[in-house]
Amino acid sequence: MADPAALREEVWRVAGAVTDPEIPVLSIADLGVLREVRVADGRVEVLITPTYSGCPAMTMIALEIELALAKAGLGPAVVKTVLAPAWTTDFMSEDGRRKLKDYGIAPPAKAAGRRALFGVEVVECPQCGSSDTAEIAPFGSTSCKSLWQCKACREPFDYFKCH
Amino acid sequence: MATTSITVRETPLVCYLLRRADDALILGHRLSQWCGHAPTMEEEMALANMGLDLLGQARSLYTYAAEVEGQGRTEDDFAYLRGERSYGNLLLVEQPNGDFAQTMARQLFYSAFIDPYWRALMASPDATLSAIAAKAEKESAYHVRHCAEWLIRLGDGTAESHARAQAAVDGLWAFTGELFEVDEGEEGLIADGMVPDPGSLRAVWTATVTGVLAQATLIVPQNGWMQKGGREGRHSEHLGPLLTELQYLQRTFPGASW
Repeated sequence: MADPAALREEVWRVAGAVTDPEIPVLSIADLGVLREVRVADGRVEVLITPTYSGCPAMTMIALEIELALAKAGLGPAVVKTVLAPAWTTDFMSEDGRRKLKDYGIAPPAKAAGRRALFGVEVVECPQCGSSDTAEIAPFGSTSCKSLWQCKACREPFDYFKCH
Repeated sequence: MATTSITVRETPLVCYLLRRADDALILGHRLSQWCGHAPTMEEEMALANMGLDLLGQARSLYTYAAEVEGQGRTEDDFAYLRGERSYGNLLLVEQPNGDFAQTMARQLFYSAFIDPYWRALMASPDATLSAIAAKAEKESAYHVRHCAEWLIRLGDGTAESHARAQAAVDGLWAFTGELFEVDEGEEGLIADGMVPDPGSLRAVWTATVTGVLAQATLIVPQNGWMQKGGREGRHSEHLGPLLTELQYLQRTFPGASW
């Protein structure tokens, strides 16, 4: 592919379709983890950013990107991790939020600031939609989630924490 | 034969980064030692989550230290190939887990400091430092809240939990002075506006800690004598055994990788 703009677009499409190994319904494009694709002299560089400092999925994601690009004949690519600007849940796309909810995980409240971090009072149950819910544990099965329970349908559910 | 020990090319910034990374790594390792022993399932996950946050922060700081040092090292070299005297972590974070009250008091003393510290560091003109801080501060905010809630529950709980919580606070108090210590190298970084002065956060730390202790019906220790030495590599007897465990694989099979 000679046209750098077309190559860049194609790399973005293929790399962006890689999914989060811990939340397989979300692609890294949905999550906002894919930050940039650079193409220079036929060399491809993909920049990703971690959601949490200790997110163990990053190595896996980098590997999956390399594999996906190689498979599509777009490699070899260099995948780099960048820290700035720091990821926030606001990087997550509307499509991502919808997919998260359909999967049974309550999406993060928008405009995640420090106040939202602790000010979240109303989290809708992703199963029945009720707002009558309560936090069971602030730390869940992965760094990005907390555990909640719906008082209406009694089902427990994960909430993707504001960050 | 692969090396089992490195000598770091120390500059004030490399030194600064390694000390902060060491704090996070050692405290994260302590928390990981609770795996399989926490009192409830939820707490098991909370302690592991907090440990993972700290490990992630350590990794970012070590990686940046390697970049600044420019000797082609990696984060792993700093974690696995330095001995006890080269570690510059706070004495506070290497203290044993003890009972649950001791773990939570240790966490509160550290988190109540590092949380506002990260927020202050976000203003650093160094883009990498600022980015590491921006990520870490949201994590530390959760840690403060979690250990504060526990300490209140324990202090204002039964006679047994109250006594244990007070003993934990009393026992760890002498290690809190070191949070605000800086050496000449760090003073230079502070003067250059690269990093915040920890001393400027003392009032915030004191307010958080005394606020939590008051709610927990615990007494703030009046003992003003403070132990230090960790930043210069003079550690308590507890760091050696911890590193023995943490570095076992690299010491037994130098250069081993997955």
